[in-house]
Amino acid sequence: MNRAARPVRGHPLWFAFLAHRISGIALALFLPLHFWVLALALTDAAALDGFLVFTDLTAVKIAEFGLVFLLAVHLFGGMRLMALEWLPWSPPQKSLAAASVGISVFLSGIFFLQAI
Amino acid sequence: MIDFRLYMLQRLSALIMVPLVFGHIAVMIYAVQDGLTAAEILGRTQGSIMWFLFYGSFVVAVSVHAAIGLRTIISEWTAMPMRLVNILCWSIMAGLLLLGGRAVLAVTWLGQAPGVLS
Amino acid sequence: MPDGSPKPETEQRSLRVKVWRGSGGEGGYETFEVPRQPSQTILDVVTWIQQHSDPNLTYRFACRVGMCGSCAMMVNDEPRWTCRTHVDRVLKGDELRIAPLRNLPVIKDLVTDMDPFFDKWVSAEARHHPTADRHSDFAAITPDDPHRLEASSGIECINCAVCYAACDTVAGNPDYLGPAALQRAWTLFNDARDEDGDAILDAVSGTGGCHNCHSMGSCAHYCPNELNPMTAIAGLKRATARRFLTGRGKRKPS
Repeated sequence: MNRAARPVRGHPLWFAFLAHRISGIALALFLPLHFWVLALALTDAAALDGFLVFTDLTAVKIAEFGLVFLLAVHLFGGMRLMALEWLPWSPPQKSLAAASVGISVFLSGIFFLQAI
Repeated sequence: MIDFRLYMLQRLSALIMVPLVFGHIAVMIYAVQDGLTAAEILGRTQGSIMWFLFYGSFVVAVSVHAAIGLRTIISEWTAMPMRLVNILCWSIMAGLLLLGGRAVLAVTWLGQAPGVLS
Repeated sequence: MPDGSPKPETEQRSLRVKVWRGSGGEGGYETFEVPRQPSQTILDVVTWIQQHSDPNLTYRFACRVGMCGSCAMMVNDEPRWTCRTHVDRVLKGDELRIAPLRNLPVIKDLVTDMDPFFDKWVSAEARHHPTADRHSDFAAITPDDPHRLEASSGIECINCAVCYAACDTVAGNPDYLGPAALQRAWTLFNDARDEDGDAILDAVSGTGGCHNCHSMGSCAHYCPNELNPMTAIAGLKRATARRFLTGRGKRKPS
């Protein structure tokens, strides 16, 4: 194969693809930790509370926000993909859908920031 | 390296998770407002067949979805032989099912008296 | 092709052009000084080098007017039809970097082996499955038939392989049929005169099929004829999912 040229990147849909992939990897890596902490309720409830104390820390709050943000990005990105693939929409309709998704991510981000 | 069968599994598990993720985000926003405690979480979820079904189906769908997604990513971004990728991703699915199933049982099953927690 | 307002040509007397030289997987960039000319295209630059600097430079072209699809190359790391890409449009500083198309084996210098690209058109069942013989009546298809419109949106493909070179999914998965072959399959699927829609859907459902597409849209972004293979591939995904869920394959023309 040809080693001469570097990859072609850097347009909006490519970044959407990358965001979906990176958020997916991050969520998959987080899941075992998430499950393990919750399972503490079965084996050692005191340890779960001990762990949940950390969630009051600002750094952990920011990490939590990051996780919710990743989840939202992956959710909306995935819905965009399925709409693109399965609904026979015209390109302007798809742009509108993408714009509305962007706005809803923005709004939910603000809402979440207020909540914490 | 994905064929039609895995594609449909990937998309169907995603469709199942769309309402579940919305629900999950809503519960998170609601739950974190007064800080997280084991008693609060378990008070909401333990003994509830609804939460058991909610998180149970979530765990099954996410295990399938994550395993197929990681399989695609590993096959595209690494030179790992396909046989190894398949073994790895079956293990990832089994591991997530196991850990996730344990977590769902822990937070929804009435195996433990709530009094122990307070 | 409108290229915006060109910069004053007198500003620049010559170009520093790095050209990929080599065969097989081996090679490197060689730099040439090429005089700047008005309305100069990338193909003009390559031709000048072969005619004035190094007659051994190997490249491929035919029509020079954007119809034949044979002159595509990587220009500053982006796939382009070189005959209709003006230097003004892609020049950064006074340097150009010209390389053979990405995702294809290199034969020599700027010439790639196009066999994998065209073999995949056959693998995608992107060939006509006729229904009629010479005694049959003409197939009456109205211009506003929705299937005809779907088919028409893809027929201006000139097989230049720019989309194939642009696609990261092809780069990560050598079995992937790629945007051009899949778009052709979708075009035929929508052609009322094509009889075997199921064969097309089967052919695009394997490990290299349409379902590998991540809708990153580099194909549509770089297609010189402004086609949208990504949308065509989405159509194939929709048709295969529809066949799975409802048992119905190709829709009969209305």
